[in-house]
Amino acid sequence: MADPASSRAQPSGATGVLVLADGTVIWGRGFGATGSAVGEVCFNTAMTGYQEVMTDPSYAAQIVTFTFPHIGNVGANAEDVESKVEGAVGCIVREDVTEPSNFRSIEKFGEWLARNGKIGLSGIDTRALTRRIRMSGAPNAVIAHAPDGKFDIDALLKRAREWPGLEGMDLAIRVTREGGEQWGGGAWTLGKGYGRAAFDAKPHVVAIDYGAKDNIFRNLVTAGARVTVVPAKTSFDEIMALKPDGVFLSNGPGDPAATGEYAVPVIRALLDADVPLFGICLGHQLLALAAGAKTIKMHQGHRGANHPVQRVGEGWGETSGLVEITSMNHGFAVDAATLPENVEQTHVSLFDGTNCGIAIKGKNAFAVQYHPEASPGPQDSFYLFEKFVGGLG
Amino acid sequence: MPKRTDISSILVIGAGPIIIGQACEFDYSGTQAIKALKEEGYRVILVNSNPATIMTDPEFADATYIEPITPEIVAKIIAKERPDALLPTMGGQTALNCALKLDEMGVLAEYGVEMIGAKADAIDKAENRQRFRDAMDKIGLESARSGVANTVDQAFAVLERTGLPSIIRPSFTLGGTGGGIAYNKAEFERIVREGLDASPTTEVLIEESLLGWKEFEMEVVRDRKDNAIIICSIENVDPMGVHTGDSITVAPALTLTDKEYQIMRSASIAVLREIGVETGGSNVQFAVNPKDGRLIVIEMNPRVSRSSALASKATGFPIARVAAKLAVGYTLDELTNEITGATPASFEPTIDYVVTKIPRFAFEKFKGAANDLSTAMKSVGEVMAIGRNFQESVQKALRGLETGLDGFNRVPELEGAGKDVITAALSRRTPDRLLKVGQAFREGLSMEEIAAVTFYDPWFLRQIEEIIAAEREVQKNGLPIDAPGLRRLKAMGFSDRRLATLAVRSVGVAGGLGETQAKRSGLLHDALVAMAGATSEDEVRALRHRLGVLPVFKRIDSCAAEFEAITPYMYSTYEAPSFGEAECEANPSDRKKIVILGGGPNRIGQGIEFDYCCVHACFALGEEWHGPAFETIMVNCNPETVSTDYDTSDRLYFEPLTAEDVLEILRVEQQSGELVGVIVQFGGQTPLKLAQALEDAGIPILGTSPDAIDLAEDRERFAKLVSKLKLQQPENGIARSRDEAAAVAARIGYPVLLRPSYVLGGRAMEIVDSEAQLDDYIATAVNVSGDSPVLIDQYLRDAIECDVDAVCDGNEVRIAGVMQHIEEAGVHSGDSACTLPPYSLGPDIIAEMERQAEALAFALGVKGLMNVQFAVKDGVVYLIEVNPRASRTVPFVAKATGQPVAKIAARVMAGEPLSSFEPFKRDMPYMSVKEAVFPFARFPGADPVLSPEMKSTGEVMGIDRSFEAAFLKSQMGAGMNLPRTGTLFVSVKDTDKAAIVPAIRRLIEHGFAVIATGGTQTYLAEQGLAVERVNKVAEGQPHIVDRIIDGEIALIFNTTEGWQSLMDSKSIRQAALAGKVPYYTTAAASLAAAAAIAAVGPEQLEVRSLQDYYGI
Repeated sequence: MADPASSRAQPSGATGVLVLADGTVIWGRGFGATGSAVGEVCFNTAMTGYQEVMTDPSYAAQIVTFTFPHIGNVGANAEDVESKVEGAVGCIVREDVTEPSNFRSIEKFGEWLARNGKIGLSGIDTRALTRRIRMSGAPNAVIAHAPDGKFDIDALLKRAREWPGLEGMDLAIRVTREGGEQWGGGAWTLGKGYGRAAFDAKPHVVAIDYGAKDNIFRNLVTAGARVTVVPAKTSFDEIMALKPDGVFLSNGPGDPAATGEYAVPVIRALLDADVPLFGICLGHQLLALAAGAKTIKMHQGHRGANHPVQRVGEGWGETSGLVEITSMNHGFAVDAATLPENVEQTHVSLFDGTNCGIAIKGKNAFAVQYHPEASPGPQDSFYLFEKFVGGLG
Repeated sequence: MPKRTDISSILVIGAGPIIIGQACEFDYSGTQAIKALKEEGYRVILVNSNPATIMTDPEFADATYIEPITPEIVAKIIAKERPDALLPTMGGQTALNCALKLDEMGVLAEYGVEMIGAKADAIDKAENRQRFRDAMDKIGLESARSGVANTVDQAFAVLERTGLPSIIRPSFTLGGTGGGIAYNKAEFERIVREGLDASPTTEVLIEESLLGWKEFEMEVVRDRKDNAIIICSIENVDPMGVHTGDSITVAPALTLTDKEYQIMRSASIAVLREIGVETGGSNVQFAVNPKDGRLIVIEMNPRVSRSSALASKATGFPIARVAAKLAVGYTLDELTNEITGATPASFEPTIDYVVTKIPRFAFEKFKGAANDLSTAMKSVGEVMAIGRNFQESVQKALRGLETGLDGFNRVPELEGAGKDVITAALSRRTPDRLLKVGQAFREGLSMEEIAAVTFYDPWFLRQIEEIIAAEREVQKNGLPIDAPGLRRLKAMGFSDRRLATLAVRSVGVAGGLGETQAKRSGLLHDALVAMAGATSEDEVRALRHRLGVLPVFKRIDSCAAEFEAITPYMYSTYEAPSFGEAECEANPSDRKKIVILGGGPNRIGQGIEFDYCCVHACFALGEEWHGPAFETIMVNCNPETVSTDYDTSDRLYFEPLTAEDVLEILRVEQQSGELVGVIVQFGGQTPLKLAQALEDAGIPILGTSPDAIDLAEDRERFAKLVSKLKLQQPENGIARSRDEAAAVAARIGYPVLLRPSYVLGGRAMEIVDSEAQLDDYIATAVNVSGDSPVLIDQYLRDAIECDVDAVCDGNEVRIAGVMQHIEEAGVHSGDSACTLPPYSLGPDIIAEMERQAEALAFALGVKGLMNVQFAVKDGVVYLIEVNPRASRTVPFVAKATGQPVAKIAARVMAGEPLSSFEPFKRDMPYMSVKEAVFPFARFPGADPVLSPEMKSTGEVMGIDRSFEAAFLKSQMGAGMNLPRTGTLFVSVKDTDKAAIVPAIRRLIEHGFAVIATGGTQTYLAEQGLAVERVNKVAEGQPHIVDRIIDGEIALIFNTTEGWQSLMDSKSIRQAALAGKVPYYTTAAASLAAAAAIAAVGPEQLEVRSLQDYYGI
């Protein structure tokens, strides 16, 4: 039996809709912000940490399908926020958001979404949507929420179709800081919240913000560094003027090849100057590009908090082959086949063998595709921050 | 790291009999482990005393020892088999304790056996309360304020620090036996004493009370390279204070932010590292203060557990299988996730549904025991249900429990009750508290009011509140008439039957009860139903199908659809149709298929034996064996079982066993291929109850027809058949008044067996000797009337009861085994010990029983298994009952004879003739004894006596060349350590006095001193036996109970007849139970025990594998 929800015919009570660029219309109930937003639909399999996901700038221009059906149970708070800039534009969930229940909650998830201009869509078979993404790739789409249930589907479809997609799109420039910043926050502990950074700490890390998660800076602080954050387009000279002991390349959204157009020359110069480098996610891809490798758009991406990554290659000693359970969020990957001679693969995904870590031979420069800063996700990989900060001056 | 090649043989210790706290989850784990080790080419040696397990099937281990799991016996097995390694983590606390003891005794060192999976020191560190606390301190994890005590005085010293209420946990006991919560000093002292007693190390841990804190569990797996993964988080809906085995739990945790969850995750892994669990699965339990998130480590189990079985079934990750492979050296990344077939086992499963587990209890079996839940586990089984949201999941679980619930049924005793009454009821931790929460919402209590007394998290309470609100809508407005409206209700998990109950027919569609009426709907609803007639379940189903509101099936794939799953492991849900039709992932095959319906949650009377039969049906039919391979499809909802393992059947539906749920599965399966039939005869009463609905729906039922099963159970239809076959039943009749009863009893002749007709399972059954006693029974025990007649049977005093199991294909009947009970007729057959072959029956009697069984099989048209119970008295065979279906004895018969009885029966049901199988071997040069195991120690207050009502939770088997040795082994396996010497106490009813004399003489000759109460003492003295007299309790102190409490008695023979004598001796049995003194309550069992004690000492026992016995 054909169901109206899949057709243009709007079922009664539908206040939200997802219109895919291929013309598929998926009706549901809207929550959070009203209006519409365009982006690529991806899925995330983490069962906790929805607030962190929604505030991760790497999700810019993306609509996140949460595979876990109950999202919003623990409400929203002021701490579990990874960035003040644009993150995901919307989310798709199976169940209507419930009243929150958690001692840390200060706000309902829906209200928080609304305040942050993000659209929610509930009542969707998120598993079917996930399977569709797995089988046919991440679609471009418009998510829309209108409490009166009035939608111009044709206009939404047109917008979804006209959106160029993430490939070739430099989004870092959209979510990076406008100016530099002395990073002041430390690690979070239960009952105490976030700590403070020591501004006289050594070594000094200059972090290039391509759309960074705050927890990366907190982890650098915890590992003992003083952190100065600079915008994505900061030049080599400007960076060197800050006298960094090491430079950190952050995560961020969009196509690394596009962002690489201005980022790669800077990174090459840093490499040439033997400045120690550490990259995460987009930072990893940019380091690989700078070293001469290529990046590719993945079919469905890796997004979740359960991804196994194995330590491979030389230099691991006794921990060679160890598996880290990691938090991931990437739709592009470094093509391992294109790694030049002087780049060593240090980590691979055990899910599909894709590259998850590199080190430049003969230099103190390494990067990982996944998120050792967790938040959300397992904290197995904090050692990377210690390794980087510990190896500086 | 590849597997180890320096070891080649591995001893696996099983968990022994099914007891509370240790159920068939350890058959699931042991079976997985053995399969995994065999795959790797290791020689596997297994010891387990439980014959009803799949793991003890002779084709699994290389050498299978059905022997008592005592350190002494296992030492003998080690001496004989010389294994290189011992895997102690698959058999629950039994295996861990046994392994620790073997280590302590130096047996492992002597024979060079390495403990793999968990080292002795790690086990000790996890189990020893003080060492565990120290370890937690070391890694910076908080423990509850507490202290260890070995005496009552020490305990009071600790109490100064912890304060009341306080939690007392004995060390080294499973399921928290002997523990409890004390609210005052008197309770404290009592529980401490019990705990010290229960602990093998006379040690208790006294802790600050964390009552009302939230409770979480993490299932962790670690390998020897230090890879550690979390398989599943579990949140207890019941907060701290209820044993996790008795708690309603959900997976994953639903009320934690990522930051809190990661603290718990990191802590769990740190705990494993610190305790030193090198490889395998462990479970770490936490308490969390809901006000500030303060986290406290409660305990960890360095082995697979009930929770790991739940986590395995909830996620699809086979923890036991993986743990076994890790124990022999593999690392997680080297193992494949069998569910996807493409990704490694080194990942953390993520799920896109909600799992709810609800325990099932059996308090009704143990009159006198309070039904309060606490830190000592009391549940006998559990149901697991899966839904796309909590509401669907919890309502599926409620109906899957098979306790008569269709969802959040009304709680009549709280209807219209005042707030005080309701809050008082809610504050008690009872098995039905969840339903009471629902009722409290109906009665108008607020979420906050309910949370304040239950400490349930508001999140769960609001979910229940929504369910009750939706019920009210249906009561008020009737059923929705549009698809979205009905789908919304179904997606909340409402069963058709519950909706039918809620929607009164006259108002079914339009209009309805007024708002105020709906609020006080209970009685009013009843009245309306009485006037207008209820909506039927069929009507709701018809409406639902008409509107196209159908469930779809989703896969349990361990990865939330990120990868394709190759294992068809499914659950149903009512899904929103986001893409055309709601997406169904069942993809039924085009094969010929057979559906096997399982037994649902374990309960007393329906346990692992029936799962064993279902698993065998899957094995027999799933591959080419005396016939073609069928696609086997399993439906069950019990997470503890082997049947719900992903590789037991070809396809697995984890669903409640209700007509609605099963019919929807069959609807989908029939969309492709050919449904050859459904097997309803293997899973106990659960699937049988569905037979009618399946037949009505035109579903083919394999094997014996449901009508034949009904014929055998219908007293009057069956009596006609018996007389047609000229078989003899005990004389019987039905009476609807006192006078009729007296007349029937006079006709039959006293003694007679009386029981009310409306109760199943032999409750309120009584043997009466005279008309005066009959009057007394009718006056006190039952209500005799036209509506509730009393059934009267001739009581065959001292008759020998027998079980015969047979297989029939319509043309031929083959007797699989004849068992002779040790306890006389009158004790429930499931509670009796029995032997195979019979130990004292002549060949003519056996032949006569076989002849009768054969006649019955043909007359009933049996196709498959049949069990017949007989009583033999004075050379006459009486037919007691026939069950033309799988019986509890099937696995025992299979183990005792070495024949795959259930498998052959399954094939016969699918159409193979018996002639295609080798005849059953009937002459065994050895003897097998089955003994029942009881949970009396868990139910203080209940009388630990055998009766016509079944009370045992499990069974053990003793196998040896002589009856005496086999019997002794069965007693050891059941935890009855027969003394070699000491004082025997005897008090037997008059009719047993003559019979017991030889046993007493034998024990006196063997060096026992004997004491007896008045009548027995006089009688035995007259027989020339030196017996000292002791006071009955009623005769004043010092009496026999004083002697038992003081530890002066080593063995008790105590038989009774009639209420009075039973009541008088209750304190004797309770003292014996508390003092762990072996006691026998029937003459026949007393004789057997005496014979065993006199004939053979435990040190003389030999061990032999089944393969050796069978000559294979």
